[in-house]
Amino acid sequence: MIQVEHLTKRYGGRAAVDDVTFTCAPGSVTGFLGPNGAGKSTTMRMICGLASPTSGTATVAGVPYRRLPNPGREIGVLLDASAQHAGRSGREVLALAAATMGVPRREVDVKLDLVGLGEAAARRRVGAYSLGMRQRLGLAHALLGDPRVLVLDEPANGLDPEGIFWMRGLLRDFADRGGSVLLSSHLLREVEAVADRLVVIGGGRIVAQGGTDELLAGAGTLVRARDGAALGRALAAAGLEASPQPGGGLLVRADPDPVGQAAAVAGVALTELRPAGGGGLEQLFLSLTGGTTTKETTA
Amino acid sequence: MTATTIAPTVAPPHRAEVRGPSLLRLTAVELRKLADTRAGRWLLATLALASAVMVVVQLSVLADERQTFTEFFGPQLIPTGLLLPVLGILSITSEWSQRTALTTYTLVPRRERVIVAKLAAVVLAALASVLVSLAIAALGTLVAGATGGAGTWTFEAARLPYAVAFQVLNVLMGAAFGLLLVNTPLAVVTYLVLPTVWAMLSGMVAALREPARWLDTSVTMEPLLGPTMTADQWGRLAVSVLVWVALPLVAGLVRTLRREVS
Repeated sequence: MIQVEHLTKRYGGRAAVDDVTFTCAPGSVTGFLGPNGAGKSTTMRMICGLASPTSGTATVAGVPYRRLPNPGREIGVLLDASAQHAGRSGREVLALAAATMGVPRREVDVKLDLVGLGEAAARRRVGAYSLGMRQRLGLAHALLGDPRVLVLDEPANGLDPEGIFWMRGLLRDFADRGGSVLLSSHLLREVEAVADRLVVIGGGRIVAQGGTDELLAGAGTLVRARDGAALGRALAAAGLEASPQPGGGLLVRADPDPVGQAAAVAGVALTELRPAGGGGLEQLFLSLTGGTTTKETTA
Repeated sequence: MTATTIAPTVAPPHRAEVRGPSLLRLTAVELRKLADTRAGRWLLATLALASAVMVVVQLSVLADERQTFTEFFGPQLIPTGLLLPVLGILSITSEWSQRTALTTYTLVPRRERVIVAKLAAVVLAALASVLVSLAIAALGTLVAGATGGAGTWTFEAARLPYAVAFQVLNVLMGAAFGLLLVNTPLAVVTYLVLPTVWAMLSGMVAALREPARWLDTSVTMEPLLGPTMTADQWGRLAVSVLVWVALPLVAGLVRTLRREVS
């Protein structure tokens, strides 16, 4: 359980994070979405006690992070997979963490196995790891204390499609067993498949949050017919509001069901009928990206 | 009802252990960090090697009657005393240069405990270095005895605690510089050139000669290499340690506690 309330961080006059409030409940995966430089990493650093908020609070299991007696047993954190000593072996990195947390040494091999780092990889220096391997090591590190909460900053970076699929399964499983996951990404597609809830941040402020289905459903229905004009008339006759899309077809502010019905009534043959998916959210997202990242250096 | 047929991939979340890591455990972790990289092992090996080389050179150049345990022990402290601060600096600064501070302080958010553990670890390393110096001096004495040198074992007992104090202060001074300056090359260079700067300045500016006797650690720590310390010498040592060890330690600790880790 993570609770973030009115969290604000100012550097000089600029607010990197501005009045951010959200909750990450047990049994769910929360996708923390935003373009680079939107304040995701800063928010996560404040949750993990690495940066002090200018105002507001963040708690993990009801306690500010810095007051957790043995944080690794409560919350697993992966903020930057590359932040490891290049000269240590993967196994040594985990062994140090296990010793710090008081986790039995055998857990190191269990977790290495879990993330798919074999014996040979575990013995190699982290400096020789690919980014994907570092992400796997970082995930093993986060899971080492068998925590109930996970905080992962862009964990899919550097993973191949198979790795991303595997990680989704792992996070889904973790949440289904009652864990809470906070997962950041700058790619909507990357999190929509696994997140139950989305928190969208841009320019340090939350611009949208809610259930993934609900946010994505708000986007309406995309419909296409060979005779576009006839389709337009059919929709208008049914009282459905439609707007032409850049790629052709119409975006209708309704579920696919009434749209299909209206077309059938008018006898219009459809070539495509589907929920618009993240169209609306994607649009919001693009406007954020266009507005902020050009001005700010990426974190 | 929610039981899945897929093999469990993540251990079920459970009640987390409430007790935090003890200082003893943290110190053991920090000791391990000193030796778990190739660079760290090289530094430790170099420390021992410098002592050994010193004694080998002494065996070949010293007059026979001077080849004693005391003669073998004392001079070793100088190269070791130069390398130990580097160990102290690296133990602190590598967390930032290698960015492991991110995981270290995430696992132990009470950063002062990590710092205390690091200081304890490097002090233990300094103690171990004195033991190694004793062992190498003993080896040298045995070899000297077998090859026609004096090989005598006379040793004023006071030399040992002084040698320990010398090395512990050296390593702590390095750690203090690391804490304050954070940046590895900056800390190492500052540490190494400081005595030279003192020597140059006090050579050129007469008004600095007296302060240098109180503040230049290469001068104030020098008596620790001998068998006796006068009250006056202790006083000067205390002043220089306050300025070059205690103050940077405190300022560096404050800096570390306030710093944003990223």
